[in-house]
Amino acid sequence: MLTSRALVRGLKSWFWRPLSSTSSVQAAHGKGSLGVLYGAGLRTIRPVEGVITSLTVLYVSPDVLDPSVPQYNNRLDTPLSDVPFVRNLNSEQRQLKEKEKGPWTKLTKEEKIALYRLTHELTYPEMRRGSSEWKTVLGGVFIFLGFSGMLVWWQRIFVFGEVPHTLSDEWVEKQTQRMIDMRINPIGGFAYHWDYAKKQWK
Amino acid sequence: MFRAAVRLSVSGARSLTRPQLGRTAPLAQRCYSHGGKLESDEEFDARWVTYFNKADIDAWELRKGMNTLIGYDLVPEPKILEAALRACRRLNDLASAIRILEAVKDKSGPHKKIYPYLIQELRPTLDELGISTPEELGMD
Repeated sequence: MLTSRALVRGLKSWFWRPLSSTSSVQAAHGKGSLGVLYGAGLRTIRPVEGVITSLTVLYVSPDVLDPSVPQYNNRLDTPLSDVPFVRNLNSEQRQLKEKEKGPWTKLTKEEKIALYRLTHELTYPEMRRGSSEWKTVLGGVFIFLGFSGMLVWWQRIFVFGEVPHTLSDEWVEKQTQRMIDMRINPIGGFAYHWDYAKKQWK
Repeated sequence: MFRAAVRLSVSGARSLTRPQLGRTAPLAQRCYSHGGKLESDEEFDARWVTYFNKADIDAWELRKGMNTLIGYDLVPEPKILEAALRACRRLNDLASAIRILEAVKDKSGPHKKIYPYLIQELRPTLDELGISTPEELGMD
């Protein structure tokens, strides 16, 4: 049903991370819409009977990379990819490619960089660059730990009742004195640490 | 030479933290996984130089050769790289030439002295063909 497909597409656009930055960039690389069709042969998108399908009939989502045709990838261990990054060259790019057939000493720095960027998306240092995702992760962890701490604190104040009277200072004093008098654990434990001669802790 | 340096460093020989010219080391040999005679460094280099020196090399062969070479546990000798760069020139592919330089720099890993040595050895070829290094283009 067309409506459910649109619903899925709408949900996807909310929750799924896109693969490339802009759709115009994707178009230049030959992904999406007719570019993919030319590369992969005509997709079988059957018009649904009785429903207007002009929006979806010839459109193939750029989110889907076709693994049956050679694709570009940024890999440290594969310096030269099967296909160049930008496959659909506009006219000035084509002119640059023509100039590339002549001596390279005549190319300016900008032209050399442009040629490189036509064939490769990321340089090696760009591929090796890390992200700041760990800050997000760590921050999230701390937020949730903090929230749990809040819950525990609230529980401590509002849920737990009073502590037994046998833990009051007065009681504990008398209790300790009694334990010393009884010589609890005289060898290695409690009363061992009390100096009976000087009447103080050792 | 670079292969020996990388292998010995990896195996933990602390005395060899950087490649040194003219030191006496046992000739590192390449072993096949089954049967066959062991190939020496020179034979390995010669084989690859011949591969890239093919006059009518095509783009696929260049890519395949380069990707395979980078897959080995070694930094290629300057003469192999020179042959590869000349192959790029025959194919009118400057971007691949620069990419090759980036790849060998990455391949040398923590051994920082290898890449400057390679560039120094390749300098005549780079100037002749007009290939700028990634550093000259500001891509690092």
